[in-house]
Amino acid sequence: MKSSVIIFPGSNCDRDMDVALKKFGFENQMVWHNDNDIPKSDLIVLPGGFSYGDYLRCGSIAGKSRIIKSVIDFANSGGLVLGICNGFQILTETGLLPGILQQNKYLNFICKNVFVKIKNKENKYFKNIKKEVLELHIAHNEGNYFCSNDELKSIEDNGQIAVTYCDDKGNDNEHNNPNGAIKNIAGIFNKDKNILGMMPHPERMIDPFLSGEDGSLFFENLIGSV
Amino acid sequence: MKVKVIVTLKNGVLDPQGKAIQQTLNGMTFDNVSEVRQGKYFDIEVNENDESKAKSQVEEMCKKLLANLVIEDYKIL
Repeated sequence: MKSSVIIFPGSNCDRDMDVALKKFGFENQMVWHNDNDIPKSDLIVLPGGFSYGDYLRCGSIAGKSRIIKSVIDFANSGGLVLGICNGFQILTETGLLPGILQQNKYLNFICKNVFVKIKNKENKYFKNIKKEVLELHIAHNEGNYFCSNDELKSIEDNGQIAVTYCDDKGNDNEHNNPNGAIKNIAGIFNKDKNILGMMPHPERMIDPFLSGEDGSLFFENLIGSV
Repeated sequence: MKVKVIVTLKNGVLDPQGKAIQQTLNGMTFDNVSEVRQGKYFDIEVNENDESKAKSQVEEMCKKLLANLVIEDYKIL
């Protein structure tokens, strides 16, 4: 299975993602943002970081970069596109995912482990994960997911909420909301569920000695489903 | 010609930076400040002499890049 990780100026989780994808069997290639074409891939990943220094709005400049047209074409033809953290912000700025990631409610940069509840398993990203709650890592200043009430209703009606912030028991209420995100949303799909954007970093949770292994569950499922 | 644009958060959208600025102003004895909303200002030099053409180009720029219409409004001055 082939994957491509796009590198933007300011990406800083691209190599972690490369390590994670290769560890679980992907034949991964790195693709520069100024290229026109993406090599044949089963999965495209937009990694975390601070593309273009977060100028204007997080992800807005990367969302107009040269490579993005190929990403949009790939996504619109049903290809799997995964955006983590800044990658999620880029996906909202391209319009591939609805809504936007605003500054965290309490203005702090949050860097810690969190629990997220899987809300929809009828998709390639989560379908064979047995757990309902995963422990993953977040590190962001703009993770406060926001969309209009109409958009929210449409997202909920279409089962587009992928993961929500919760406690270790899976309670996804306001007490377990680190950044003010509407409905505790930590990740969403597009309508067809081939595009996933999420703030938590599964690539940081693939080593039992350094972190935890719930990210491994994510990648094991992913290589099995593409 | 030069075109000026202001981008602001829509009414009802949380502005935590504006809130922090307001609280700081209150703490500095400007205690009659009840709200601050922070925005962005752009000075754009367009190589175009026709004002209406320049402004309509800037309007496209606002829609496509300068503002995110999910949460922001723009005003061309």
